[in-house]
Amino acid sequence: MAAKDVKDMGLDKKMNGPANAAIKGERTVAPEDWRAMGLTDEEYDMICHRIGKHPNFLEVAMFSVMWSEHCSYKNSRKVLKLLPTKGECVLQGPGENAGIVDVGDGLAVAFKMESHNHPSAVEPYQGAATGSGGIIRDIFTMGARPIAILDPLFFGPTDDARNRHIIDGVVAGIAGYGNAVGIPTVGGMSWFGKCYSVNPLVNVMCVGYLKHDEIRRGKATGAGNKVMLIGSTTGRDGIHGATFASADLTEEAQERKSAVQVGDPFREKLLLEACLELVAKDLVLGIQDLGAAGLTCATSEMASRGGSGMRVELDLVPKRETGMNPYEIMLSESQERMLMVPVPGKEGEVTDILRKWDLDAAVIGEVTDCGTLTITMHGDVLAEVPADQLAESAPAYDREYVKPAYIDELGSFDPDTLPAPKDGELAGIIEKMAASANLCSKHWIYSQYDHQVGSGTVIKPGGDAAVVRIPGTNKGIALTTDVNPRYCYLYPREGAKLAVAEAARKVALTGAKPLAVTNCQNHGNPMKPEVYWSFRESVLGLAEGCEVFGTPVTGGNVSFYNEDGETAIYPTPTIGMVGSLDDVEKAVPSGFKRSGSSIVLIGETKDELGGSEYLSIMHGIEAGRPPRFDAAAEKALISFLTEAADEGFMLSAHDCAEGGLAIALLEDALGNGIGAEVDLSDANTHGLAFWKMLFSESTARAIIEVEPVKAAALQALARKNGVKAFYIGRTGGDKLTVRMAGKSLELDVKKVGGSYEKALESALAGR
Amino acid sequence: MKIGIVVFPGSNCDRDIERAAEVVGSESGFIWHKDKDVRGYDAIVLPGGFAHGDYLRCGAIARFSPVMDAVSEFAEGGGPVLGICNGFQTLLESGLLPGATLRNTGLRFICRPQKLRIDNVNTPFTHLYKKGEVLDFPIAHAEGNYYADPDTIKLLEDEGRIVFRYAEPDGSLTEASNPNGSMHNIAGITNKTGNVVGLMPHPERVVESILGGTDGLRVFKSVMSWCGKGGVR
Repeated sequence: MAAKDVKDMGLDKKMNGPANAAIKGERTVAPEDWRAMGLTDEEYDMICHRIGKHPNFLEVAMFSVMWSEHCSYKNSRKVLKLLPTKGECVLQGPGENAGIVDVGDGLAVAFKMESHNHPSAVEPYQGAATGSGGIIRDIFTMGARPIAILDPLFFGPTDDARNRHIIDGVVAGIAGYGNAVGIPTVGGMSWFGKCYSVNPLVNVMCVGYLKHDEIRRGKATGAGNKVMLIGSTTGRDGIHGATFASADLTEEAQERKSAVQVGDPFREKLLLEACLELVAKDLVLGIQDLGAAGLTCATSEMASRGGSGMRVELDLVPKRETGMNPYEIMLSESQERMLMVPVPGKEGEVTDILRKWDLDAAVIGEVTDCGTLTITMHGDVLAEVPADQLAESAPAYDREYVKPAYIDELGSFDPDTLPAPKDGELAGIIEKMAASANLCSKHWIYSQYDHQVGSGTVIKPGGDAAVVRIPGTNKGIALTTDVNPRYCYLYPREGAKLAVAEAARKVALTGAKPLAVTNCQNHGNPMKPEVYWSFRESVLGLAEGCEVFGTPVTGGNVSFYNEDGETAIYPTPTIGMVGSLDDVEKAVPSGFKRSGSSIVLIGETKDELGGSEYLSIMHGIEAGRPPRFDAAAEKALISFLTEAADEGFMLSAHDCAEGGLAIALLEDALGNGIGAEVDLSDANTHGLAFWKMLFSESTARAIIEVEPVKAAALQALARKNGVKAFYIGRTGGDKLTVRMAGKSLELDVKKVGGSYEKALESALAGR
Repeated sequence: MKIGIVVFPGSNCDRDIERAAEVVGSESGFIWHKDKDVRGYDAIVLPGGFAHGDYLRCGAIARFSPVMDAVSEFAEGGGPVLGICNGFQTLLESGLLPGATLRNTGLRFICRPQKLRIDNVNTPFTHLYKKGEVLDFPIAHAEGNYYADPDTIKLLEDEGRIVFRYAEPDGSLTEASNPNGSMHNIAGITNKTGNVVGLMPHPERVVESILGGTDGLRVFKSVMSWCGKGGVR
């Protein structure tokens, strides 16, 4: 919608209905205007009651962005309350710019994941770039130096030109931003499915480290203290971005490229260094980045968190364009800006540091003790509303939910009704699966990311969890992002639990202890009861999973409306997990490390083909019951892995998940081009057919490479922890040979590796 | 021994060089790009990154930073200067080394391990290597495609000033081993007097086995021992 001059806004509009007696003033904003800004008539009335007057145009605009789904979580808050958020290690839970967990020795890790889905759909490069920028700021706002980025991405199939354009742009955007700021992108995931053709998902997680006493929060306290806006100037970009992200991505919405911000990673880098210098010199009382809803959000949230008010003079805001009106200034989502309350009297020092980094710094107002956010320009009061009403008091809705009909229908599908593959076809099937979109190497993506800058990347992308060393220490943090959207589609609650389990397993496979979780809940339109049911189930599953592993949720975001009005994405609750390693030297990689090692399979393989990659790739079927989440087995596996890593038993360790044992073994062989001779006969405790042993996606499994002399000790440790361990073979040679009860298959590691490595690049080239 | 690390706005491998110095036991210090003085340092490193955002040609603005006059003077006096990645590009732009880097032929940023052959072991930064040795240094750049006019290339070749070349594991030079289209597989060069070296790959990322290798250690050990002997190789 077009911006207006607030001074004469809507005054000539016809009024309908009598004014409420308890509410001061007269309505000056037309219903079509607040509706265009995304507010319902009921919400307008609610605002009037909350603030005791009819809001003017600017106030309506401010409420509309703060009460947007994106900023207020009005349709998700009640459900999110079910998540476990407390734990021994939690120094900062949800509600701040990022969560923070203790990793010992006075050190802490700040981390958070957020989505930037709608912007990336209409403007892939800038959408993804600013998604990175926003989450990076969330981390250094807390006082932490960012040391890792992870990017879980969900795209439509590569056979469509628009999807290829999106994939190309998103990857380039994440690379362009993260590489320039100098933060290694060390992990992530990419998943391809038709449901993401309409609306791709771009989730970005950033992780930083800091000392406990360096933690800063987004609080404005101390009446009379100055409020400063630092970083970039304010322009007309990204106005109403938060509202844009809170509606379906219809064709019309896709035209709204102007709602997408433009990123400047160079400025971000300068701002990062400047902010950390401010923290190091102890000049910061409170600080918050400007993201969605720009100045409106930062001013109201900081004041509200501090139990304060704030007075802001818009004349003092450094602008990059002339003639900007109050509406534009308050709603601009120009990137690379921060709002801060400096230590009193230190405004000059703050300005000097910002100047050194060639950045703007301006005192734009001050903290007050009245609880009101007052916006002025040219001496006129343009908006005057209670800060907490804006920031904290958006309505929280209970939405109707109903289990979608497809769940039982698809869940009852029996893979045994399909013809079993012949034994002679198995090698070819594995080759085909290894070159499929979801299972192939993601080298094309992560080779565009600088994953080593910072000299801390101990376990690089391409394996399970990444491991990054905390600078100046011998501590490591293990990081991973996981979700299998197909499992979540077929059985949302179980899917979410399995995502937590996979994340915890991957973290533990490196030898790290799982600590805490961040998440992006990506779903369709919450007004649809079926979508809301899936969302609710996903949160319940996440809660249950996190309880099992003792990993509290310290933050994240919810992204609804990921649909075009008809088709919604699969429920996609992406999990980001952080784990800690006291001795980073003990971090365990994946991929066979040397010839002549023993290979041990941990965990049992059951008849679990539902929702598998095998069914999807070979039969085009996405149905059946996903593998069962086995809390006891997962927990036992994790304690076993942590101990085994500590004892130094594992040369390499790899998750056995999507694509089953066949793909896990192949990936291990491809890691360093070392083959293996494997016999699964003893591991077949459930009497499965050879192909089911290969492709079942039973969870709580892992493949461990161990020195033969340590194999017995490893077995003993497994028994102690109550996990099943099966010796299945030896590494070596250039072939991967798998046998079971007289049957066998053989793969040429180099040949399969070639198609595994090149599959994505070829697909993107339209080949 | 003290290594001076120049920090431009947008440099992002400055701390990595600091770490590499720490690993080899050298002192180091950061030099802000607006400083006009590099006295007190035995060697200068221009680190990787995106100086001034690289919104213009890489290094094109950085070369005007006040510190560059001091760096040039230091180099003219025979002081060892190393430019890595963006630092190399800044040396090219400032004329301390000849040529330019274009966008990679694949038009994408590439981050991956890369085999290099070392062809000149007479510089302060390479004298502890053996000529012809094949090393593994990671690359991470979008504009590493080295270009110079034919006369310059001939001069570089004739004077043995090509220090590093992209190569196969056996040291042979092939198109397949060239990640970015560089002329003559050039990954790094030196100046006429051999004290200024620039390269696109990142030796500072391979100074600890935990980070994937130690092939880059001798770059830093070389300059330490070179300085320790008063500049005598």
